Amino acid sequence: MLYPRIIPCLLVHNRGLVKTVKFKNPKYVGDPINAVKIFNEKEVDELIVLDIDASVNKSEPDYKLIENLAAECRMPLCYGGGIKTVEQAVRIFTLGVEKIAISSLIVENLSIVKEIAKMVGTQSIVVVLDAKKSIKSDKYEIYIHNGSVATGIDPVCLIGELENQGIGEIVINSIDNDGTMNGYDMDLIEKIRNAISIPLTVLGGAGTLDDIGQLIRKYGIIGAAAGSLFVFKGKFRAVLINYPTQSEKEALMDKYFKNSLSSMEN
Amino acid sequence: MITIVDYGLGNIKAFVNVYKRLNIPIRIARNSIDLKNATHIILPGVGAFDYAMAKLNASGMREELEKQVIINKVPILGVCVGMQILGKSSEEGNSFGLGWIDGEVKRLDTKLIPYKTKLPHMGWNTVNISKESKLFYNIINNSRFYFLHSYYFYCRNNEDIVNTTEYGIDFASAILHENIYGVQFHPEKSHSNGIRLLQNFARL
Repeated sequence: MLYPRIIPCLLVHNRGLVKTVKFKNPKYVGDPINAVKIFNEKEVDELIVLDIDASVNKSEPDYKLIENLAAECRMPLCYGGGIKTVEQAVRIFTLGVEKIAISSLIVENLSIVKEIAKMVGTQSIVVVLDAKKSIKSDKYEIYIHNGSVATGIDPVCLIGELENQGIGEIVINSIDNDGTMNGYDMDLIEKIRNAISIPLTVLGGAGTLDDIGQLIRKYGIIGAAAGSLFVFKGKFRAVLINYPTQSEKEALMDKYFKNSLSSMEN
Repeated sequence: MITIVDYGLGNIKAFVNVYKRLNIPIRIARNSIDLKNATHIILPGVGAFDYAMAKLNASGMREELEKQVIINKVPILGVCVGMQILGKSSEEGNSFGLGWIDGEVKRLDTKLIPYKTKLPHMGWNTVNISKESKLFYNIINNSRFYFLHSYYFYCRNNEDIVNTTEYGIDFASAILHENIYGVQFHPEKSHSNGIRLLQNFARL
């Protein structure tokens, strides 16, 4: 039986790990390699690491960091940040990464994405869409460069085209809910989920395991990603890298997943 | 020595890292000479079937690989697309596979997959032991491994199936014919179960 995935998402800024709130005020939370070592012990399902500086600064991906991360990771690793060319993408795969995440490139140059897919296989390409709710309507809009540039594109309208390109997975990230720990943006997720037929991972807002549980109860097979939840502990947000133990995860699945198998068909 | 075939596909580094942690020496083969003293061979792979076969054929290692596997009976482990190319052909492309295990590669039928999000089959799924094998020594039934694929190996001979996994259908997630092993999942990224499997392979 396939299980939903519970995925820590780590942000890299100035070579350290940070956590943002609504994409702002990055707070230092530790060393990336150290975090990966802890996540290995916890046997996390997958790991997403996003370099939030690279695209904004127009700099090359930090290959040394990626190599060190990949060498340490005993679980599938998805890296994103600053990937603009086929050569960069191929180089990152040879460093030992399973998936690459692209974001601004989708808007800037979709044909390069096709080229990358040809070389590395479409299944290994993940598209991260940072979405923000419009003030005027109930629509959402994709932002790039850490939420600083609005694109005018509705993420729901982009899904079909991305699927046609053979993209392997879409991560939908709520800018409004990022770091708030008040729960996922279920409205955004519902809209995307209705439009999609490839694996979907959602990010932004998870504050408790119960938030993840509710998501799994509603959607069954889904990727539940979170940043703050897995790097902070308690109401004062003390930095503590954490992840449910195997038995906690089993209990979560028993409670929310296995009893909801019938609802997975919708 | 355990030899990992580097024909430009698959996460070679991940295998290297696992064996390094296990203190088991390995070698990476980039030409036929590197394959000569192999005691065990790992054939990784990701991406499309035809691309994998084209890369393998262009690597100059195919002839030596066939000699080691078919004549010398060196144990080989195909992983993901590395497993799929052990078959004769694939619905994904037009190329011939290695044809070492009787079967072909088919696309998972989306009509039978009861989920909204269908392909690729991505994530942790349970592996059902259908036949005892040394590869799964000390790995309990229904253990979870990491999968990422849209095609599966359809075995012509049921006795070649070691394990099955359910995703719409029960497909062969591990196969074995004589000295030739294949796994559809990624043991190199499946935490302790995967490490155990790779250790078991090294002990064959």
